[in-house]
Amino acid sequence: MRNIDRRTIISRRGFMKTTAAAPAAATLAVGVGISADAAWAQGAKNLSAHVTATLVKAARDIFPHDMLADKYYVTACAGYELLAKDADKKALLEGGVARLDADAKDRFGVANYMSVNWEADRVTLLNGITSTPFFAKLRGDLVVSLYNQKELWPKFGYEGASADKGGYIKRGFDDIDWLPTV
Amino acid sequence: MAKFDLNDDSIVCIIGSGAGGGTLGNELAQRGIKVVILEAGGRYETQDFINDEWESFTQLAWTDMRTTSGSWRVAKDFANLPTWIVKAVGGSTTHWAGASLRFQEHEFKTRTTYGALPGANLLDWPITLAELEPYYTKAEQKMGVTGTNGIPRLPGNNNYKVLAAGAKQMGYKEFHSGNMAINSQPRDGRGACQQIGFCFQGCKSGAKWSTLVSEIPKGEATGNLEVRPGSMAIKIEHDASGKVTGVVYTDEKGATQRQKARIVAVAGNSIESPRLLLNSASAMFPDGLANSSGQVGRNYMRHMTASVYATFERPVHMYRGTTMAGIVRDEARHDTKRGFVGGYEMETLSLGLPFMAAFLEPGGWGRSFTSAMDDYSHMAGMWLVGEDMARETNRITLDATAKDKNGMAVASVHFDDHPNDIAMRKHGLVQGGGIYDAVGATRVLHTTPYPSTHNMGTNRMSEKPRDGVLNKYGQTHDIKNLFVSDGSQFTSGAACNPTLTIVSLAIRQAETMAGMMQRKEI
Repeated sequence: MRNIDRRTIISRRGFMKTTAAAPAAATLAVGVGISADAAWAQGAKNLSAHVTATLVKAARDIFPHDMLADKYYVTACAGYELLAKDADKKALLEGGVARLDADAKDRFGVANYMSVNWEADRVTLLNGITSTPFFAKLRGDLVVSLYNQKELWPKFGYEGASADKGGYIKRGFDDIDWLPTV
Repeated sequence: MAKFDLNDDSIVCIIGSGAGGGTLGNELAQRGIKVVILEAGGRYETQDFINDEWESFTQLAWTDMRTTSGSWRVAKDFANLPTWIVKAVGGSTTHWAGASLRFQEHEFKTRTTYGALPGANLLDWPITLAELEPYYTKAEQKMGVTGTNGIPRLPGNNNYKVLAAGAKQMGYKEFHSGNMAINSQPRDGRGACQQIGFCFQGCKSGAKWSTLVSEIPKGEATGNLEVRPGSMAIKIEHDASGKVTGVVYTDEKGATQRQKARIVAVAGNSIESPRLLLNSASAMFPDGLANSSGQVGRNYMRHMTASVYATFERPVHMYRGTTMAGIVRDEARHDTKRGFVGGYEMETLSLGLPFMAAFLEPGGWGRSFTSAMDDYSHMAGMWLVGEDMARETNRITLDATAKDKNGMAVASVHFDDHPNDIAMRKHGLVQGGGIYDAVGATRVLHTTPYPSTHNMGTNRMSEKPRDGVLNKYGQTHDIKNLFVSDGSQFTSGAACNPTLTIVSLAIRQAETMAGMMQRKEI
C-alpha cells in the first residue's frame, strides 16, 4: 500500500510563509505552549492575551489531537481577533472565558481555566457550558477552522486534491493488501 | 446558441436544469421544440470544479435560507440547511455520486404491498415498473450506466474492497461496484473515470454523467435550447381561464423579468418546486397552483439514511477513487420478518477530512470524537439508503416570517421519522456494522443522517386528482399546461437513489408532452 508521509517538514521558507498567513505569528507557538505570555497571544489587540490564550486552550480541549502542535490550534482561533472588532462578538467571547474562569475557581479553587492542570477537569468545565451560545460558536467554528487547515491533512493521512495529480488511478485507489480475498 | 424573446409564448419554460429539467430540456430540443431553462445558480464547467470540500460547497451548494422543524436530527444539527443539493447549471447532477438503480416492481405499489400503515400516507404510483422499463433502458443508455448495455463495471477501490470482503463474510450474495453513471471506459465524448474521488464536488474528468456535461450541451447544439443561469423563478402566472402563461423571475443582474411560455415545467427539486407553486397563489388559486388536492408540499420523503464508518488496524484510504462505486443489495428486498416494510441499500461512501469532521458526529467533541478522527486513514465507510414512508405531515410550507431577497416566503421543511424508518435504520446500522466487524473493525461508528440529498414526493403523482398533484406523465391534474419534472413527482421513494428514475420519467414526459403539443392539446 502507498502510505502517507505524516512527518512535519518545515523548511525555513515554508515556516516563514505559514507564519505570515497566520496572524500574530502563530507558528511561534512551537515549543512555547499555550500561554498568555506567548507572542501570538500578546499580539492580539481586540482581545486580551488572557482571553486569546484561553480560547486556544479550550480549542485543544474540545478537539484534542496529541499529534498536532499548538500552532494549529492558534491558527484555528486566529479569526477571533478580527471577529472581536464587533462589540457583541467580543462580549460573547469574553463572557465565555469569564464563565470558564469563574467555574474553574468554584469547582477547583484555582485562578482560572488555564490553571486547571488536567484535561479531564477542564473537560468537566466545558461540559458545564455546552448549552451556551459561546460553546456552540467555539465548537462550530473550530470544526471548520481546525480541520480545514491543509497543513494538518497529511497528519491524518488525508491527501486532499487529487485531480491535479491524475486522480488515484495510478496512485493506490485499490492497493489495500490486508483483506481476505473475495 | 439560441436566444429566445421574453415575449415568445411558443416556448416551453423549464425551471431548473438538474436531472429532471436538464433532461427534459434536451429531449424536447431534440424534437425541435423551443425551450428556455431558468436556472437559479451560476454556470461552472468541468474545469471550474474544485477538489476541496468547503470551497466546492461554497461554489455549488444551495445555501439560500430555509427553516426546519420536526423530530429529525437535521433540524437541530443543521437548522437552516435541511438539504445538501446544488444551485448551479446541472443542478444536483453536478454533486450526485452516480448510483443508477431501477425501482423494484413492488416499490411502485406501496399501498397495495405494505398495506395501510398507521401514520403513513401510502399510495400506489399511477404507473408500473413494466410501463417505465423502456424508459429506464433509454436512461441507462443515455447516462452510460455501468453493468448495463454491455458497459463494464468500474474497478473497486479500497473502500469497496473492505465492503465486499465483509459482505462475503456476512453471507451476502449481491454486491458489486454498482450501476454507476460514470464512464468505466471512454464513451459519449467523455473519458474514463480517473479515480479522483471528489465525486460530490463536481467531476473534474467529465467521466460522471450530469446534465451539465451531457444533456445541456447536446440540447444547446440543436439551437432549440437556451439556458439562463442566475435566473430565480419567483412566480408562475396564469390567465383567466386558469392556464399558465409564463414565469416571473429575477435575472443575473437582479432585474425582474417575465418569460412567456406555452408550457411551464417545474423542476427545482422537492423543496423549491412546491415552494414555487405555493408562492404562485392567486385569487383563482388561493392555496397555490395545482393544489386542489391540498397535497402540494406534503408527503416529503428524504430516504431512511444513516452511515456506518469503521476503523481498522491497518490503513484503508477510503477517499481514494470513486466515492459510491460499491453496493450490497441483499437488504433492498421487502421482507417484513426484519420488522419493517420496504428495504435499503448499503453503498460505499467516503468524506474528506474536513467534511468527516463536520458530519461524523454533528455537535461531537472531545476524545471520543477526536480519536475516531485520528484514525481517518484507517477508516472505511458506507451509506445506508432505504425507503421512507410518505406522511402528510412531513411537508414543505411557506415560512410565516422568513423571506428571501425578493420578498418571497422561504421554504420551511418539517420532518418526523416514521416508526418504520426508525426500525429500518436500526436494522441497517447493525448489518452495516456487522460487515465491518466481519473483517476486523476495531471500532464501529454510527453516523446520523446528513442534510438530505434525496428529496422526493412533494408534488406526487396519483391516479385520482384528490390524492396527489400530478397525473402519470407529471402533468398537473388541475392545469393542463403546467408540469412537474423532478423527484417531487415520486409517489413513493423506493430503496434506491432517485436520479435514474427522475431521468427516465423526464424522457417519458418529453415524449408525452411533444405528442400533446403536436395534437394541440396544450
